[in-house]
Amino acid sequence: MAQRTTLKVNGGTKAVEVEAGTPLLYALHDEIGLNAPHFGCGLGQCGACTVHIDGKPVRSCITPTSAAAGKEITTLAGLGTAGKPHPVQKAYVDEQVPQCGYCVSGWIMTAAAFLKETKNPSDEQIREALAGLKCRCGTHLAIIRAIKRAAKDMAQGSVA
Amino acid sequence: MNAPLNTNGLSRRALLQAAGALIVSAAPLGQAVAAPAGKPALHPTELDSWIAIGKDGQITAYFGKIDMGQGVDVAIAQIVGEELDLPAEKIQLVMGDTFLTCNQGGVSGSTGVQSGGIALRNAAAEARRLLMERAAERLGAPVEKLEAWDGVVSVTGVPSKTLTYAQLVGDGYFNTKLEWNGQYGNALVAKGRAKVKSPDKYRVVGKSVARFDVPEKVYGTLSYVTDFKLPGMLHARIVRPPVAGAAPVSVDEASIKSIPGAQVVRKGELVAVLAPKEWDAVRAARQLKVVWSEAKPALPEQWTLYGHIRSAPASHTEKPADVGDVNAAFGVAADAHYSGQALLVEAEYEWPFQAHASMGPACAVADVKPGSATVWTGSQKPHAVAQGGAKLLKREPGAVRAISMVGPGSYGRNDCGDAAMEALLLSSLVGKPVRVQGMRHDGTGWDPKGPASVHYARASISVSGDILVHEFESRGFSRIEVDNNEGDPSDTLAGQLTDFPKTPAFAFGVPEDGYAIPARRNRWETIHGFLPKANPLRGSHLRDPVGPQVHFASESFIDELAYAVDTDPIELRLRHLKAPRDIAVIKAAAKLADWKPGGPGSRRGKRGEILTGRGFAFSRRGATLVAVVSDVEVDPATGRVWCRKFHVAHDCGLVVNPQGLRQCIEGNVVQGTSRALFEEVMFDTKNVTSVDWNSYPILDIRDAPESVEIVLLDHPEIPASGAGEPSIRPIAAAIANAIYDATGARLRRAPFTPERVKEAIAQSKVAPIRA
Repeated sequence: MAQRTTLKVNGGTKAVEVEAGTPLLYALHDEIGLNAPHFGCGLGQCGACTVHIDGKPVRSCITPTSAAAGKEITTLAGLGTAGKPHPVQKAYVDEQVPQCGYCVSGWIMTAAAFLKETKNPSDEQIREALAGLKCRCGTHLAIIRAIKRAAKDMAQGSVA
Repeated sequence: MNAPLNTNGLSRRALLQAAGALIVSAAPLGQAVAAPAGKPALHPTELDSWIAIGKDGQITAYFGKIDMGQGVDVAIAQIVGEELDLPAEKIQLVMGDTFLTCNQGGVSGSTGVQSGGIALRNAAAEARRLLMERAAERLGAPVEKLEAWDGVVSVTGVPSKTLTYAQLVGDGYFNTKLEWNGQYGNALVAKGRAKVKSPDKYRVVGKSVARFDVPEKVYGTLSYVTDFKLPGMLHARIVRPPVAGAAPVSVDEASIKSIPGAQVVRKGELVAVLAPKEWDAVRAARQLKVVWSEAKPALPEQWTLYGHIRSAPASHTEKPADVGDVNAAFGVAADAHYSGQALLVEAEYEWPFQAHASMGPACAVADVKPGSATVWTGSQKPHAVAQGGAKLLKREPGAVRAISMVGPGSYGRNDCGDAAMEALLLSSLVGKPVRVQGMRHDGTGWDPKGPASVHYARASISVSGDILVHEFESRGFSRIEVDNNEGDPSDTLAGQLTDFPKTPAFAFGVPEDGYAIPARRNRWETIHGFLPKANPLRGSHLRDPVGPQVHFASESFIDELAYAVDTDPIELRLRHLKAPRDIAVIKAAAKLADWKPGGPGSRRGKRGEILTGRGFAFSRRGATLVAVVSDVEVDPATGRVWCRKFHVAHDCGLVVNPQGLRQCIEGNVVQGTSRALFEEVMFDTKNVTSVDWNSYPILDIRDAPESVEIVLLDHPEIPASGAGEPSIRPIAAAIANAIYDATGARLRRAPFTPERVKEAIAQSKVAPIRA
């Protein structure tokens, strides 16, 4: 039986009707119509479906919709916009990181949460924090450059 | 650069994208996206099929290939902008809609710029010529006295006398014919009377221009093909057999009765489930009970793979084109070996099946009606999708419209072609729009594969370092067991499982390196695939088709030859090369990396218990040349290899967009490292067992190099020759050569997993490997 669930997404409230046990990814992507997160594996292995729930990165493909009810959900589009980008997004554009770009929710959402906890991280810390995320186009070096740039921008307070 | 799109433009563009068109541009959208009345019908001979100028001045170029995230679209906009004297950001590019663009063959063989750019460059030059002619008449000045920039034509020295492109054409059409060579695909060339600009006049080409698609990807606003929806659309999942080759005997439709709206569709041996909600389709695919036929396991035990490749009957033997008399040369060399004047060196190398394993499993949406059929696809080759789709639906050529949308990554003939045919077939069967997307096990387990192979090399080298005779053979599965496009349904799973038996086709490859050796033989041979249809290990094109495996072997072997006679491996290569560009690119890489010449092991070092070393490799791919120095660190205790640094010299003739090219090369190097160190499709006798990211690991960010330094050898006088693939080609060999330098262990089987590296080190200690 489909259940009505109210989700708090990107600062607004959305009601969705989904079967019990439906992963959050399908509620966000199919019911609410958000383009990112993406389905990459459905197994929590790749990160393409990553969103924040109460500020923490989670894999929406293996998170039941019901588990996110009432909590603050943020997707890539909610993290920042072209007019008001998150520092990691701005750095991603500056460094021209993505190729196919299908994986970016995993990296950006994870990095945004990581940089909130860790100021001026070393390369080593960045690599450890992002371990396990997948990028098939091989943009890893650009990703590291972007995260270092974002960390620097955040430390200098040049980006909100 | 990086200017956000203006809001108005974005929303109009979003609307058009919602209607399906793949439009990229840094400029706000203008007119002329949908073909309005009065426009000459789409044809390569019509200038209006390539370039349009709107009333508002918007310049639109129609590109019959597409971009996959490597910035080909930006390079094309630069080329068009150059000829029309406009910044690239002002060009709006319509790509890969088969009703709006000429068939330029899609993404294929790094031809986006080298071939795809030619017709557009010529068309843009012809458009400029016509604009100037009209301007000359209306401004009362000769063409030679006119100059143009950013859509404004002015008379030199008379700033008041100007006309804009819009005023000169303003929603009209050129109605001008181009000369066309009668070819479609990569070979299509069209040109007008205009001469193209001389490279010394370039002001747009050769400059770094930011990618058009990056902001939308980063802010989560881009509609990928996976995001495309139609009203009343059903979600489909294909149900594949647990044992490759098994056919459905019976399907228990009641087994998914509990799922709202779920239905089974069968056609031939294809089984699909459809439901209005995606998660319901996923559940139905898991829950559906199918009785499959007792298929005899068709695959060998994995450990016997290379023995199988060596011993299986040939499906095709390509006649070698020998240089010199190879047999006689080996005869002569035998005497030299006997007298100690030369050495005979032989080695064999092995490369596994590799998966495309795109970031997301392929997706397509199709809407098939009695009088029309449209498919939205992430395929590299939308024109092939349209052709294959028409055959699949048994409709007239041109009856299917394929519209390209950004897909979840593509590096050759991946599973996108399969998804497109499945969506068309299912939509035609249920009479509703259908969206197909695979699950991860479809994207890794059932996508077409880069073929596995064995390579045999034998050469005689004089003790003074001259290669006297050289023989090289590739033996493997065909790289076109399914073709490099889906223009025929028999090259897709949906076709093969229904009415379209596959006629076998065979191709492999040999080294491209330019070494001048007095007697040389390169040959290839293929063997049959394991199953005549729906083979989960069917060979196809994976980024730089068979290039990495062939050059892993040939460039490792050159290293073995050099060390056999105690020679520096770069010196040995240079000694056998004649072309100045080959020599220049190798010297550039050596200089960039500060290469210290010397024999075996002379660049090795230690960092604590970690062994360090450097390796080199060189390859050609057509006219593009790549030389690479790899620095590795090997932990002898665990066998882990870290490719810490790469130094790459790259010569692809004219450099259109340096920044875009650098990022493209960097991606190739990292993906090449992933394939060399980690990637191997696993299988048992029943089926492929690499079905997700744990069973098909790729490079993790902890294994990413610390740096990839690149030097671009720009030759504005030489046409751009493609960069999408050439730099993945020499990576595996450069790494293997570096591992040898560090450890003395020669890796002849890819990937270089920790177990294999440890074993190779152990063996090299028992009997030091000196080729």
